[in-house]
Amino acid sequence: MEILLGILEQGLTYAFLALGLYFAYIILDFPDLTVDGSFPLGAAVSVSLSLAGLPPLLTLVAAALAGAAAGLCTGLIHVKLRVKDLLAGLIMQTALYTVNLMIAGRSNVPIFDRDTLFQNTRMDAFLPPSLQPLRVLIMMLPLVILIKLACDAFLSTQAGFLLKAAGDKPSLVCSLAHDPGMVKVGGLALANALVALSGACVAQEQRFFEISMGTGAMLMGLASVILGLKLLESFGRLRETTKVILGSVIYKAVIAFAITLGLPPNALKLLTALTFLVILVAGNGQMAAHFRRLFGLSKTCTESKTQKEAKDA
Amino acid sequence: MLELRHIDLSYNRGTPNEVQLFEDFTLKVESGQFVSIVGSNGSGKTSLLNLLSGRFRPQKGEILIDGEDVTKQAEHLHYRSLSRVFQDPSAGTSPSLTLLQNLALAEHKGQRYGLRPGVSRERMDDYRSQLAAFGLGLENRLNDKVITLSGGQRQAVALLMATMTPIKILLLDEHTAALDPKTAEAIMQLTHQIIREKKLTALMVTHNLRYSLRYGDRILMMHGGKILLDANGEAKKVLQLDDLLSRFYAISIEAGNSI
Repeated sequence: MEILLGILEQGLTYAFLALGLYFAYIILDFPDLTVDGSFPLGAAVSVSLSLAGLPPLLTLVAAALAGAAAGLCTGLIHVKLRVKDLLAGLIMQTALYTVNLMIAGRSNVPIFDRDTLFQNTRMDAFLPPSLQPLRVLIMMLPLVILIKLACDAFLSTQAGFLLKAAGDKPSLVCSLAHDPGMVKVGGLALANALVALSGACVAQEQRFFEISMGTGAMLMGLASVILGLKLLESFGRLRETTKVILGSVIYKAVIAFAITLGLPPNALKLLTALTFLVILVAGNGQMAAHFRRLFGLSKTCTESKTQKEAKDA
Repeated sequence: MLELRHIDLSYNRGTPNEVQLFEDFTLKVESGQFVSIVGSNGSGKTSLLNLLSGRFRPQKGEILIDGEDVTKQAEHLHYRSLSRVFQDPSAGTSPSLTLLQNLALAEHKGQRYGLRPGVSRERMDDYRSQLAAFGLGLENRLNDKVITLSGGQRQAVALLMATMTPIKILLLDEHTAALDPKTAEAIMQLTHQIIREKKLTALMVTHNLRYSLRYGDRILMMHGGKILLDANGEAKKVLQLDDLLSRFYAISIEAGNSI
């Protein structure tokens, strides 16, 4: 039960990261490496402002704005300076490492003595003791639903349509007399705002900022997105944003499962990378074909075709 | 009125592969004129459209639309008064959006795309009647993703999307070339009808010499960045397919193609 609650909490705090990558990678077709920097950026901003005495919710807003600024920079580097998407993200990721250190002051900043989003005097007063263990869930669930609905609403506006078109048919945006590059910049700002929001939530939950907390964030978010979209593919009535959020929970479940099997926590990033590879390859349908080849069911493309033709005949 | 004045355009400038396509190229097209452009590959037909739509910027010369110099304008700004339909039927629509969403997107061309709802239900009937006029069964598929439509259907949608808003100029870049003969015919009919109804200035690049004779007011035959034949009005009416073919073969042989 405790493990299940932990999975749900983790899945929800990281849900915005997955949503951010849904915007960047699925909608805009932009594998945005900024994420590994904008995730801890959100955490750094949130923690620093918490230390300065700002209410937790306000620090989340500030974190999202900082993330948007980071995404804006990546977008402008890509569009205006014509740097390739991966490189533009990598440049910002590296730059953000220093920025994050400057914001936080040092590489590890605890906020154990402060009110956080999940541990504060107001909650202590209102929540009956029986519900105290559910604090994270009680805060995160409405927040995730609110942001998800806002994303859905945005995607069905004129601007949302234009964003989708900028991702899959930039020439169409151009022929609508708009600059597809600038639409992309806006989309990346939005994506990184969500990522930074996630970083802020995670920092509020674990009650500290740590400079390396963003390492592998992009891969983690992408794994959640692809897991959600592929695994829940047949649930046509679910919105994609819902699938992505569920994907984040499923991903955390996979990791938790591996840890209960006895995987040392130090191997987590390796596991993240491997899980992502498996998900990606399985998602492509390559895995099934690979296994068939492995077991000699079909050796080459041409052979499998002739076999099929022979069968048809 | 659409004008290209003394245009120079070359590719791969400053490299050993430099190719000078246009040199002192000049062309005038009256408002409301429907021009067909024919010519072999590499003759400059598509480059001409790319110049007009701002994709290419000439090294020298000016491009004027209704007297306004648009030579140095950003590419997307050209499309405020211009639309283009491409050979590839998938080029004019967004595959991840539904037909309805695509139409709604196209309807606000040139305006701000804000946070108003993307589709308005009141417009559905209007979309339906416009689609029904095509006779392709599109009126019942408003909620389908465009990717599920056939090439001909997508091209019809692209044509509709290109001409929904008040524009002055329509560029057609071999827009029937990827379609089967029957669908190509239908799309061509539709194109003609829209151009005349909306009184558009149209430039149509085509490899189909029959279409170039049957439709439009004027034929240009291009070769090596020059206009070899320019038949307007009466001169175009008396032009026969055989005349056009023989001219075409002549330049084709000159270009090194055997027949």
